[in-house]
Amino acid sequence: MRPAFSVIFLTTLIGAGQGLFLVVFGVALYESVPRSLLLTTGVVTMLLLAAGLFASFFHLGHPERAWRAVTRWRTSWLSREVIALPLFGVAVLLWTVHGWWQGTPSPTLGWVAALLAMVLYVCTGMIYAAIKILREWSHPMTVFNFIIIGLASGAVLAAALAGFVAEELKGVFEKLALWLLGVALASRGYTMWRNASLPPWSTARAINVHHNRIRQIGQGAMGGSFNTREFFHGQPEERVKQVRWVALGAGFVAPLLLLAFESPALAFLIHYAGLVAERWYFFAEAKHPQNLYYQSVG
Amino acid sequence: MTQFALVIDLNVCVGCHACVTNCKQWNTSGNAGPLADVNPYEADPRGTFFNRVLHYEVGTYPETETVYLPKSCMHCEEAPCVPVCPTGASYKREEDGIVLVDYDKCIGCKYCSWACPYGAREYDEARRVMTKCTLCVDRLYDPTLPEERRKPSCVLACPAGARIFGDIHDPDSEASRLIREQGGFTLMPELGARPANHYLPRKKRELAISEEQVERVHSPTALRSAPHAVGLKPIEEEL
Repeated sequence: MRPAFSVIFLTTLIGAGQGLFLVVFGVALYESVPRSLLLTTGVVTMLLLAAGLFASFFHLGHPERAWRAVTRWRTSWLSREVIALPLFGVAVLLWTVHGWWQGTPSPTLGWVAALLAMVLYVCTGMIYAAIKILREWSHPMTVFNFIIIGLASGAVLAAALAGFVAEELKGVFEKLALWLLGVALASRGYTMWRNASLPPWSTARAINVHHNRIRQIGQGAMGGSFNTREFFHGQPEERVKQVRWVALGAGFVAPLLLLAFESPALAFLIHYAGLVAERWYFFAEAKHPQNLYYQSVG
Repeated sequence: MTQFALVIDLNVCVGCHACVTNCKQWNTSGNAGPLADVNPYEADPRGTFFNRVLHYEVGTYPETETVYLPKSCMHCEEAPCVPVCPTGASYKREEDGIVLVDYDKCIGCKYCSWACPYGAREYDEARRVMTKCTLCVDRLYDPTLPEERRKPSCVLACPAGARIFGDIHDPDSEASRLIREQGGFTLMPELGARPANHYLPRKKRELAISEEQVERVHSPTALRSAPHAVGLKPIEEEL
């Protein structure tokens, strides 16, 4: 699949936003989290959601009709995501405003927002996991990865924010971020390995001609088509492998080391850059069966 | 329930692309707006097509054969592109099984094209919506057309008669009969979309010519009775 940067930014930004809220809200259940960090969390979460939503509009041919996407929630995970995203945003807004007004945010509103954050993760993951023909995506690990990677980036961001407004909790968030990043590295590493070792599709199967030597000569167009643009990443295999190592290195390994050396702000910046590479690779590693019909131009 | 579909005979298709051009011509002139061509006369020409003919070489030279595979929307019975659409723009008609896109509702998110196993959908860069084969739904029910021309343009264009249009749920239709009698198959059935379009498989054909067919024994102008064969000299007028 061709990596769509609008979707890459959407999923990484909102994933970090949901993770930030969930991690800070979760820690606040056990520790006393100062009001300044809670309010910062609410504001930063909303900013990340808004930035993600803004990026997503660039994916659409007709952004002015985007409101129509709320109508098919019975069948479409994309429609469900379009509903869950603003609902989560509104819940965080209410939680933040209530906290700013009352001194401490309402736990009821917090639980509602936390539930919506989890629903949003599942919707985002299921958009990809629900496409049965894409074997790389159609797997429960896809949903799990969206959740664990989002939580990990939220935890790294929480540690960075705590470094600015709540120094005493920085250690707690760093420890949490280390654990979440470790689990995310293991699960994403596993899916990368699994997807790279899936057996390739065969052209013989695609065109139902049973011969072990089939060569495509023409695809009905010399100048390419939507089929050759949307479903191919257009990069040499070497580049794709490099992106994978950048994703694992900058997305997980480097932030783990930086967190161990207690510099979470730098860790988050490098982690986010790695996350963009990780999401790029997520698209590039998915091999669409339609590509079998577009193997060569002639 | 009616399920309109195309049955394409791979023995007959010669890969001339007449179906492609007639499809483009009809659908670019319809009231849904033109199928965009971007840079049609420049270095990087590209455009929207609902139907394309793929070309394969099978075997190793000189033992090769050429396979042409015309590919358009399969109008799947379990169309995976329909439930994923967030706006309901992508839908399958109850009455005849044709899968269509409502261009006024489509937001151009391209999610349906990801769900389609066959790459049948093409995003139109000028209209910024997803487009696809309509099975010429604007011809099928048009009372101003003569009855025998109420068929998809690709079917009417095919000079070899490789494309047969019909209701595959009606066991008496020509399409159903061909599928049944000639082992019609669908592409990648294991992916579960249950495509409605079928293909008739290629068959080995041997040329069988008898002695009688070489010598035109039943013809009055057979070689045996030709003037030179019976020793007649040409007459003066013929020289």
